[in-house]
Parts: sequence; structure tokens; C-alpha cells
Amino acid sequence: MGDNLYTLDFSNIGSADHARVGGKCASLGEMTQAGVAVPPGFAVTTEAYSAMLDHHGLRDEIARHLAGVDPEDLDSVDRAAQAIRIRIRSHRLPDEVEAGIRTAYAAMGEDMPVAVRSSATAEDLPDASFAGQQDTYLWVKGADDVVSHVRDCWASLYTTRAVAYREKNNIPHIDVLMSVGVQKMVNARAAGVAMTLDPGTGDRTRIVIDASWGLGEMVVSGVVTPDNYSVEKVLEEIIDRKISDKHVELVGDAAAGEAVEREVEDARRKVPCLSDAEVLAVARLAKRLERQNKCPQDVEWAIDADLPAGENLLALQSRPETIWSQKKKDKPKSSYSTGMMSIVGTLNNPYGARS
Amino acid sequence: MDVKASLFPSAYDVPAPQGAEDWKSIYPYYMQFQPSRRETEDQKFWFCNSQHWPTPFKPFDCVMVEFATKCLGQYNTRHLLVPPANGVDYRILNGYVYFSPIGVEPSKIEARIPEFLDRAGHYYQNWDSLLANWKKKVLATIDELNALSFEALPDVVDAEKVKGGVGLDPTTDLFATYDKAIHLCYVTWQYHFEFLNLGYAAYLDFFGFVKEQFPSIPDQAIAKMVQGVDSELFRPDDELKKLAKLAVELGLVDALNTGSVDDALAAVAAAPNGQKWLDAWKASQDPWFNFTSGNGFYSSDKYWIDHLDIPMGYLRDYIQRLLDGDEIMRPTEKLLSERDRITAEYREMMDEEAQAVFDGKLGLSRTVFPYVEDHNFYIEHWALGVFWRKMRELSQLLADQGFWQNPDDMFYLNRNEVRDVLWDYSSAWATGGEKAGTDYWPAEIERRRKIVDTLAAQPPIPALNNPPEVITEPFTIMLWGITSESIQRWAQADTAGDDLQGMAGSPGVVEGVARVLRSPDQLGELQKGEVLVTPVTAPSWAPVFGKISAAVTDIGGMMSHAAIVCREYGLPAVTGTGNASSRIKTGMRVRVNGNDGTVTILDE
Repeated sequence: MGDNLYTLDFSNIGSADHARVGGKCASLGEMTQAGVAVPPGFAVTTEAYSAMLDHHGLRDEIARHLAGVDPEDLDSVDRAAQAIRIRIRSHRLPDEVEAGIRTAYAAMGEDMPVAVRSSATAEDLPDASFAGQQDTYLWVKGADDVVSHVRDCWASLYTTRAVAYREKNNIPHIDVLMSVGVQKMVNARAAGVAMTLDPGTGDRTRIVIDASWGLGEMVVSGVVTPDNYSVEKVLEEIIDRKISDKHVELVGDAAAGEAVEREVEDARRKVPCLSDAEVLAVARLAKRLERQNKCPQDVEWAIDADLPAGENLLALQSRPETIWSQKKKDKPKSSYSTGMMSIVGTLNNPYGARS
Repeated sequence: MDVKASLFPSAYDVPAPQGAEDWKSIYPYYMQFQPSRRETEDQKFWFCNSQHWPTPFKPFDCVMVEFATKCLGQYNTRHLLVPPANGVDYRILNGYVYFSPIGVEPSKIEARIPEFLDRAGHYYQNWDSLLANWKKKVLATIDELNALSFEALPDVVDAEKVKGGVGLDPTTDLFATYDKAIHLCYVTWQYHFEFLNLGYAAYLDFFGFVKEQFPSIPDQAIAKMVQGVDSELFRPDDELKKLAKLAVELGLVDALNTGSVDDALAAVAAAPNGQKWLDAWKASQDPWFNFTSGNGFYSSDKYWIDHLDIPMGYLRDYIQRLLDGDEIMRPTEKLLSERDRITAEYREMMDEEAQAVFDGKLGLSRTVFPYVEDHNFYIEHWALGVFWRKMRELSQLLADQGFWQNPDDMFYLNRNEVRDVLWDYSSAWATGGEKAGTDYWPAEIERRRKIVDTLAAQPPIPALNNPPEVITEPFTIMLWGITSESIQRWAQADTAGDDLQGMAGSPGVVEGVARVLRSPDQLGELQKGEVLVTPVTAPSWAPVFGKISAAVTDIGGMMSHAAIVCREYGLPAVTGTGNASSRIKTGMRVRVNGNDGTVTILDE
């Protein structure tokens, strides 16, 4: 693909590029290069965003809007943030940036439906879940729409919440850059999230999977109660399953160029959306990503209805699990008992008798 | 004080089955709940050891209950001074054995610790050399057992002996040989426990450590980390598989499928290449056909070497599976790499300090674990197999002398009564008078046979009296899987719905038709794909595991032989359900979930 200063194919993202493509695209790039099945796509680099700011003199304009803002006064933050978003959206992209995006998009195939997602750079992230709040546009079709949604993503750097957060933490607004990912849309039969530890207990021997019909956004946003599986990580066995009533799903409407929510018909609502083999495939994918990234992961995945069985499981995102991983370890044990004294201790108080 | 109703009945309130009211008359007084001791006996918690004695036993078979339980105790109580645990007391009720672990008085535990450290520590440190010596001792005992021979008394004493001034008659040898057989059986049982409790203790220590690291880790994952793939317990089955392969290679399939064992062997002998196969068949038998289809604790156990139709049946099944294109050999390489993978992946999830401790405990567990598996071949299968054969020879000899009708009727006598019969026989031989037993025993044996058959028709009550707050006896937990939880399960079993709860013995979920077996003699009834439901399985049932789709047992802990073999064969298993073999009937459809330890009756 015609990579340039402004776009970079997932398969070409090197570790030196991570700062210019943001966390999400960097992770997609790593997965792609490690041979994990990931829908193809490209990153719009932070240089594209910088070029946009420079070309239209937006840096000064943003600074002016924010100059009079009182961080304690949410109304004033809101007013400034909205004005900045309008300013960003009101400009065309610089020609060379737009040409770069159009070229990269055209290389994916004619009018390929894609997801356009912001991929923030790490400095801006108070926690990983914050990234999920930034804009995502599903089932986008046609170069014009792609270009305009890239710009929408940039504008989402200036949501009220983001501005307030940076004000509060003294992060210079203008230093925060944004990359955008443009990725082939998955025609998800089922999708969801896999965590490589039990989010309820922090148990690292488990992989916990939430799954529902259609695109995974319904699972992430909590609109449906997903099917829930607990898989033993080492033995790769399903230990526990709860099948839920999944009443709605988000599916692509290619004609309208958007994802639409629709009711799930009765016959599918209460049946598992994954076969056992698929549950285990998702668990293995998550396990592999944990191993690759050397820490517990939170993985978004989907089963593509258009791909043959065995090749239809796709990773959409993998990021470090943040809740348990940031918890301080329990105070270290006084020290483990070993040798004969440990055996005596076991005999005096065998595990089965411990409360 | 709050007086609670007992969770389980008192032994004194359990009625004898109709037609077996006299059952106490066939068992020794010290194994009975004596009326005068009710107050103390009712204070104790007793559980039915149906894992080792799933069916009522004949009077002679008491010898195994007594020796096994006594020898288990001696190592805890007198040899090693296991700090909190003495032995296990044992009683009989309606033909079933009940166990009650005896704890050490809390004030005396401390004082035993230094002794235990010294004695047990010595065994752990010198495990391999002591174990090599153990094997020597056991093989020598087997040789001695094999050398025993019982002969009918001659009409007259050999003239050479008379003139040689020996001054003794052959009854002297008859008594000595019988006493020696019992003595060697006793010795065998002491050897059985020399290492076993230590093996379990080291494993329990490892188990507890891993559970503390990963509270939700399945028991089977911990077992997989220490299990070997080349246990001698798998050899008999492996030998049959090799013989099946050789038969196919040598083109002997049709010959081996001819009629009876004798017919088949004759057909093989007549075939080209036949001798090569017969040599292999012969070589496999010693010692690997010293293998019982039971557990070695019953006189009715059938050993392969005495019943070649059993291994021949399995062999034919294996041949058929080879012809169907199945891979029958155990994938030992794969099992080993799987064991290493599992170990490494759990280890990775520990912090560095824990990893070092884990390595130490894993190392010791892997050192001791082969004994936990292998002893079973040397003792229950091999040594006890020879013992039972010798006893059957004696029974036949005494049947020939008119004491009873059927070759195996001797086992309706207890071991001391057998000595009485030897005296009756010897005395009548010496005096030239009449034997008394030939009139006495046939009717008495009939009476006893009826009692044993009646007892066997009724399943046991799982436990007696009230369990303690918590079960702490380590070997009870390890061997029988008996925890405070499992006892609650038994108590609720009668009122539960269609789900039976047990232990997740081996992973996987399977639905199938149940086949309930109460004795190894019924193994032939199993159809391909059925779910085996039984009080307890023995590792010697290995060949049937190629046929069944899952296994369910009433009793069994994480290290029960059943759980070990099921994991090895990759079959779902639920063990320790308490009463699956009573609640499930042959022909019912059941779902066996070896991941969460449940069995569901789907339809009846």
C-alpha cells in the first residue's frame, strides 16, 4: 500500500512508529505482524493531524478559545470545547493529507465498508477505558465519508470531558495528538470481549468471555446482557457458562452506510451465540495476545459471517487490562514454608480442611 | 448443650437386611459394633469405604480389610509418628466396611514433630535407594509366595523319611505352608504402606501450595503436573496393545479371532509367523498378566494370568480398533509435553519467590509420585494375585477332600477356621478316623452364601453418626476425597433433583446411555459408547476405557485410581458422587460434566 507521511498500513507499523499511530493502531499493527488475524486497514498518522492544525492556523485558534476557560466552570469548558470542534470540522483537510487517505482507502477495495476509530496517543490516557469514549464510526463507506469521519475523530479530542480532564491535570492541549484507524468492517455474526483474567476476582488462571450477536459495541456499551463464559486458561476448558437473553444486536446496513440496532428474533435470543469450539478459539486468541504482550489483556474480537469456519475469528483490539494490573499486590507473604516443615504444616492443616 | 439430630444413622439402629439377620456370625467380633460399646461408637463418625470394598465380602476376605487397615495405621502411629494422625479404625456393618480416622490428641502433636522430621525426612532424602530396596523385598516375597505348594496328605509317610529319622509327618508342612501364606500376605501389606503415606503427604503439600496460589485451579491440573506417563500400572494394557499390533503385522487376525482362547492359540501356532507371536504373548504374561480385573481385595478377583479369556477379549477389541484405523497406543510423547506445558504455564503466573518454592515441591512430588501409582501393580496385582491363586489351590485341595462342593467355597470360612479345617483333615488322616467338617461345612457354607448374597443386594449407607465440624485427617481427604463438603452432599443426596454432584475427576462433557456395573464380572455387558456408572473403577479396567464415553463413580478422591486412569484416557469422569450407581439405572440417558463435576439424568 502507498504508505506516506500521513498514512501507514497496519502491516507496516514498526515499533518506532508507535508514537505517531496511537495505542490502538500500534496494537493492531503488532497483531497483524505477529500473524494474528486482524481485519486489514491503515492508520492516519499524527502528522496528518498536525498538518491539519498547521495548515489552518488552528493551534492559535484553539489556544484563544481555551484562554478564558475556568476549569471549574463546566459550562465555560463546554462552550469552548464545542467551538473548537466546530472549527476543526469546518475546514477541509490539507490536499496532500486528503490524497494520502483517499489513496490508502482505495487500496482496500472499491467502497469498502470500514470502521473509523480514533487512536489516541498515550499521553492523553488517564485510563484505558477513557479511550473507548472517543469516537468510533462503523460501517463507513466511500472516500468522502471516510475523510470526513477522520476529521470527526480529530474533533473528538476536544470533547468537554477530554478538555476538562486535561485542564485539571495540566496537560497542554496542543501537545496532545491524535491518530485515526481505518479498518475493514467486520460482518460480525457474534462478537464481544475476552479478558485474560477474571475481572471479578483478578484470577489469572481464567479467561472470561462476554459474547453477543452482531457487533461487539452492544457488549462494550452494556446494552445487552451477553453470554458469559469462564475458561480455564492452562487446560483450555470451559469451566462455567451463562447464556443470556440477547434481545438486540448491532449489524451493518451497507446501503445506509451505518450500523443499525435491531431486535434479535426469538429463536436466537436465548441460544448460545458461540459454539464451544468458538469459545475455546476466542480463549486461545486472548491467551496468545496475553503472552505476546506479556501482561493481562482485554481483547475485542468478532466472528466474521463472511469467512470460513476456522478462519473467521478476528481480533479487533488488544490492550492491557488496567483494573487488576494496577492494584497493588497483597502484602508479600511472610514467606512460604518449604521442605519438611511445610509437610508437617500440610498434615496439621490440609488444604481440604482450610476455610 | 444443643443436642442435634445426627446427620447419619447410628450403626445400632440400622436393621439387617431380611434374610441376613445373622450376618454378624460370619465376621470377627473386633470388627463389629459391639452392643456394650454403643456409647463410644456412636460418638465417632464412620464413613463407608466403598472405594476399596464396594461389595460385601466373604469371611476369608476379611483378611484384606484387617491387614490393609492395620498396616495403614502402623506407619502413621508407630513408624513415622505422623504428627496429627494415627490410623483408621474399622468396623463392618451389613457386610460393608466403615472407617473412622483416629486423630492424635492435640496436646501430643507437638512432641511427635521431631520424630516425624527425623524418620520421614530420612525416607524423603533417601527415597530412591530405599525404594530400590523395597522392590527387592517385594519381589523376594512374591518368589516365596510362588514357591508355596499345598499337597494332599499321602496314604502313608514316605519310607525314606521314616527311615531317615525325620520323625515328622506331612501335616507339619501343611500347617507351615498355610501359616507362611498368611504371613507373606501380612508382610506384603506392611510393604504396601511403607512409602504410600509419605507419597501422599508430599503430594498434599504440593497440592495445598498450588491451590493457595490459584484457588480455582482444577484438582486435575495439579495431578497432571506430577503424573508420569510410564507408570508400571499401564504396562499390562500397553502389552496387549503391542500384541494387537504384532498380530496385525504378522497377519494373525483371523487366527486370533478363532473360538476360545485355546482355539485361537492353536490357530496361531498353525499359522506361519505364529510362533513369533506366541513367544511375545508368553513373554508379556510374566509379570504383566498378574493383573486383576478387580482391585485385589476379594477372593473373587479374576487375574488375567488365570483367566486368559479376559486379556484375549481386550486384545481382540484392540485388533478391531486397529483394523478400524484407530490409534491405540498411548501418545506418551504428547502426554509428556502436555505435562510440561501445563506446569510451565502455571509457573509463569507465579511471582519469583513462589516459583522457587513451587520448583522444590514439584520436584519432591515427582520423586514420590511414581510409587503412588506403581505400588499398585506390585502389591495388589502381582503379590496378592499369587496369594489368591495359592489360596484357591488350597480350597480346591480341601474340596477334593470332601469339605465342600465348589472349588472356591473355602472363602466362606475365615482364615482361622481354615486352619481348623486343616487340623480336622490332619487329625482324621492321623487317627484313621472320620473328618467332622465334611458333614459340618456344606450346610454352614450354604447358610453363609445366602447371607453374603443377601447383603450384596442392598447398597450401603454412606456414613454413620455425625461428622466432625471439619475433616482434617490428611489421608482421608487424599485417598477418599472425603471433606466436610462431600459429606453434606451425601446427606442431601436423597432429596436432590436430577443432578448428582461429584468431583470433576477428568474434564469434558458427554451425553450417553448409562451402564451400571457393580462388579468387574459384569464388564462384558458394556457396549461401545456407553457411560460407565459404578461404585468404583479399578485401573485394571483400562481396556474398557477404549469403549466407554465417560465414567461416573460413587466414591473416589483426586488420587483415586479411577480418576488417574480417566485422565490418562482423556475421558470425562465425575467421581465421588455418593450414590450414582444406586440412582442411575442402566439404560438411562445421562450427561456427564467432568468440568464441573455434575451428572444429570436426562430421561429414564
